Amino acid sequence: MRWFNNKDTLYGFLVILPSLVLLGIFVYGFIFQTFYTSLTDWGKDPAQALSANPQIRFIGFENYRELFTGLVDSRFRQDLVNTFFFTVFFILGCLVVGLGLAIVLDRSPRGEGFFRTVFLFPMSLSFIVTGTIWRWMLQPEGGVNQLPTLVGLPKGEFAWLTSREQIWQVSWNDLPFITALVVSAVLIFIAVSAFRGGERRRGYIASGSAALLLLWAFTLGRSLQPLPYDEPHGFNLAFIGIILAAVWQMSGYTMALYLAGLRGIPEELREAARVDGASEWQLYQRVIFPLLAPITLSAMIILGHISLKIFDLIFAMAGADNAPTDVPALLMYLTTFRANQIAKGAAIGMILLLLVAAVIVPYLYSQLKSEVRR
Amino acid sequence: MIGRVLQYTVLFIATLFFLLPVYLVIVTAFKEPSAITLSSTWQLPQVWYWESFTQAWTAFAPKLQNSFFLTITATILSALLGSLNGYVLAKWKFPGANIVFPLMLFGMFIPYQAVLIPLFQFVREIGLGGSLWGLILVHVVYGLPITTLIFRNYYAEIPDEMIEAGRIDGAGFFGIYSRIVFPLSVPGFVVVIIWQFTQIWNEFLFAVTLVSSPANQPITVALAQLAGGEAVKWNLPMAGALLAALPTLLVYIFLGRYFIRGLLAGSVKG
Repeated sequence: MRWFNNKDTLYGFLVILPSLVLLGIFVYGFIFQTFYTSLTDWGKDPAQALSANPQIRFIGFENYRELFTGLVDSRFRQDLVNTFFFTVFFILGCLVVGLGLAIVLDRSPRGEGFFRTVFLFPMSLSFIVTGTIWRWMLQPEGGVNQLPTLVGLPKGEFAWLTSREQIWQVSWNDLPFITALVVSAVLIFIAVSAFRGGERRRGYIASGSAALLLLWAFTLGRSLQPLPYDEPHGFNLAFIGIILAAVWQMSGYTMALYLAGLRGIPEELREAARVDGASEWQLYQRVIFPLLAPITLSAMIILGHISLKIFDLIFAMAGADNAPTDVPALLMYLTTFRANQIAKGAAIGMILLLLVAAVIVPYLYSQLKSEVRR
Repeated sequence: MIGRVLQYTVLFIATLFFLLPVYLVIVTAFKEPSAITLSSTWQLPQVWYWESFTQAWTAFAPKLQNSFFLTITATILSALLGSLNGYVLAKWKFPGANIVFPLMLFGMFIPYQAVLIPLFQFVREIGLGGSLWGLILVHVVYGLPITTLIFRNYYAEIPDEMIEAGRIDGAGFFGIYSRIVFPLSVPGFVVVIIWQFTQIWNEFLFAVTLVSSPANQPITVALAQLAGGEAVKWNLPMAGALLAALPTLLVYIFLGRYFIRGLLAGSVKG
């Protein structure tokens, strides 16, 4: 084997080969098979359930079309909106709580080890355990609503997990337009910071794409109507409790990341800033926060992919059938294994995969690239 | 001075936020079912009622046994394979290793919903449907990316000169592993084993889809079922939650340092 410079490298390859084959099948083979399944009508025809050898037909992207524009699948569209709001508030909550705790702990209070242990212990629990605990706390007459009575206030009335209230409603038909606007705004931001940093090429590409996207949004995007009627979707208030529990469980993780980052900043740097007359707030704003920016980015990505996949926490907290707190990961399970709509379940799984890949692939790419450069 | 006050106020409030749920779990678990009333939710039990734990133990002991068997077997297998893979990727880079590695890593981030349907069929077709061995296989395979990653980063710290010295002494691929690399691996194994133990013990999606018979259920599925029933009295799920949490909690309390290292390794570069 002339590709291997010696016998030992060949042994190495042979040792890792079984793992590669297994992952090849279990990850890529199965993804491909799921994708194929999502293009069929498996589960649509009642006759399939009865026959031993079901006739499964290829129907192209019909399942996807139904999910985004079909009458019966409005639950899926609400689930996407749910995931969006859950992700935003969950990440925000974990970053704020984690950073706050890390800053406080970094100043070496008495009992630092104890506090660190307390803030991080929920990370070792199962989402099922956390969900069970918070399910009890958030019962309509449960612990959290009783909390104000301990200090003599009237008890809380919020229904938490079973609340049906929805705020910030937007019609599904407006979403392509709004998404285009938001993405353009991000692109413009990237362009501005690229020009400032002297990266002209990147700046031109980003601003060019932003212009194209805006052009599309105001011409075709406005007239693109996925549904023949307005279908409002918004933020379900029932998610507040889930976000609370998720932040309780995961903010220790961001705390650990930030604390490691803060401890890595040399004391001389802080001293130098203080000597230059920086106030404590300026020290954080000008010196420390910029140094923590890469940590914030990795934390956002890791938390983001967890929140897109969130399943067990909601299953344990609100049950699989509680529509106001549904997410695509849960709907995929229900569609496939309860309703036997296997092809549609596969389509939901693929959409989830695309969402996660959009977050993770650039991350892996940049992490490993910088590693090669090192 | 104001800074100090603020600092300890933040710590105090945060501690309440993190520990009040624990307090509530414990007092609820120790209350008689009839004593669990809404107005006394936050009060200590009048009578400490141990019955919840004996009941929860009777219901959960077989499930805990399942979880232990599943978790320990899958953890050891995936740690051993990860160690060998990490050794190869750190010290014997074969052609194409730089392409294969990211492809492997991607496997630990995917939403398992994207593989669940073929996986379910596959496990059933090879005759492991509904059994713990099917679940063990699945946990070993999907555990490979993270165990390989942690060991690869760990072994990258072993100086190449040591490997070179081993070769000069006439040791080959396996000799260097068994005489030089493996003996240095104890901290790596501790991190990986703790990480995998926690992950597999806590896992739910595979367990709820792949294991159909109640006799083979791991603890997470049993707990979700118990707490999900509408007619339950809350002392039982709370006692169950404590039982389900105890193993990983003890690992965290006694080996927290290694737990955190595994946690940070999940963000790839380590």
